[in-house]
Amino acid sequence: MLPARSRRVRAVREAALGYLLVLPALAVFGVFVFYPFAQNFRLALYETPPYPGLPSRYVGLHQVGQVLTSSSFLQSLGATLLFVVIVVPAGLLGGLLLAVAAHRRLRGMTVYRLVFSSTVVSSVAVSALVFGTLMDPVVGLLPWLGLNPSPPILQNTTWALPAIAVMAVWQFLGLAFVVMSAGLSAVPEEVLEAARVDGASERTVFWRVTVPLLSPTIFFGLVVATIYAFGTFGQVDILIGYSNAAFEHVNLLVYDILNTIQVTKTPGQAAVLSIALFVLTLGVTLVQLRFIERRVHYGS
Amino acid sequence: MRYALLTLGAVVVLAPLYLTVVNSLLPPSALAERPPPFFPLHPRWHDYPVAWSQGHLGVYLRNSAIQTVIIVCGQLVTSVLAGYAFAFVRFPFRRVLFVVFLATLMIPFEVTLVTNTQTISSLGWYNTFEGLAVPFLATGFGTFLVRQAFLQIPRDLREAATLDGYGHLRFMLRVAVPLARPALAALGVFSFLAAWNQYLWPLVVTGSGDNVRTVQIGLKLLQGTQVSHTDVALAGTVIAVAPLVVLLVAFQKQLVRSLTGGAVK
Repeated sequence: MLPARSRRVRAVREAALGYLLVLPALAVFGVFVFYPFAQNFRLALYETPPYPGLPSRYVGLHQVGQVLTSSSFLQSLGATLLFVVIVVPAGLLGGLLLAVAAHRRLRGMTVYRLVFSSTVVSSVAVSALVFGTLMDPVVGLLPWLGLNPSPPILQNTTWALPAIAVMAVWQFLGLAFVVMSAGLSAVPEEVLEAARVDGASERTVFWRVTVPLLSPTIFFGLVVATIYAFGTFGQVDILIGYSNAAFEHVNLLVYDILNTIQVTKTPGQAAVLSIALFVLTLGVTLVQLRFIERRVHYGS
Repeated sequence: MRYALLTLGAVVVLAPLYLTVVNSLLPPSALAERPPPFFPLHPRWHDYPVAWSQGHLGVYLRNSAIQTVIIVCGQLVTSVLAGYAFAFVRFPFRRVLFVVFLATLMIPFEVTLVTNTQTISSLGWYNTFEGLAVPFLATGFGTFLVRQAFLQIPRDLREAATLDGYGHLRFMLRVAVPLARPALAALGVFSFLAAWNQYLWPLVVTGSGDNVRTVQIGLKLLQGTQVSHTDVALAGTVIAVAPLVVLLVAFQKQLVRSLTGGAVK
């Protein structure tokens, strides 16, 4: 045994090493995550003066109320929620379908798997340019197929949001597929076999055995998809922009924040919007945890 | 029959990219033909050099590569250091700090945008690689991933190494890191994809200045300035995805591993 004092010195040195090792990451988080996050709550109380150069003015919660009840915020909130409600189920269901289709031992499956996961490499800009062309009123494939509303899809107050949602779903499919396949491959084959031996039809096996066993994966996918959908805005920025006729109907919250920072240049209002986005994302995630996770089957 | 669903899925997933490649190889006049050509009978490569030079894609690809490499290396280093501390080093408030690291996952980056732009501006980091990369040099997700991998290393190994006179640093570099290689590869691929495909932050901090602008923003500009030359914009798109397609084919296994992040049993 070491003498008590020497042990204490060692413990102190070990602790110092521990702090030293976490310090780099902690410094980055402090400056670029926690500080700006907390700063939102202070900025939200200050109003930017109408003329540049003047100091910003403390207005308390006045600005918060003003922004949250403004028609532009409510419209943006509505568009964002609608967007999330389209993208999340469509993305997850698409990924699940592809994963089920590819979960068989057939020739050439490696190629199919590669194809199904391929959209993970596509970025916001790539999906925007690809689909922007497909939906173009003159050279696009969709207008040729008969989907040619007037005004054109991306300037149409009804169709612009679903169009952006299609791009987001396509871009998300690869990730959803990868996650769902990994979950499927963890479902023990013996259990499925046992259900079949007991006379269950393929459909019953899928809904009563596979889906419950897959539920932790589906839940994980749900949380990821929700965060992804709330963060989307790039296709709107590239294809629609704020001077477009359909703009108000696709003004997703993140885009609203960006424009409030860069165009309107009112950081206080942008801070209120940021807090709203945070509360919304967190709230939806918590609701999912509270009400949906109870139905998740985590095995024994 | 068994292949029907598979093939339908493949068509849905691949059609947009396939048509992009086809259209990029067509002369502008052929784009408006009805029915649209589904196969380039006379492929025309003319748009690729045009997109490359007019869209400054060479510079932008280089910038994306620099930004991505800085972020990937930075995240690997900070995640290994912190992940090791959380797995092997005893220090007060270790659990609390770990929760703090995980808390970063609850704060979407978009929510920190207002003040981060001010921070970058006061540091004078607009239109610099520092501005592009420094905010992303650490990751809560990555630290978690690496810590989980380190926790799988048998305790006995650490004890045996201590008896052999290995200090923490030597054990980390000679034993822990080599053993955690699969997890590190997964994290590397994941960070690569995330960094390469970033859109919001590069858009904000590279407002002016070709010298640091990334390829994603380059694509936006290509779309904006070349409305009448869809074929050129599409050629640019193909150029921008090509490196990632190569990455996907080469690192499919690591990618799957990282995207599921241990959340799937």
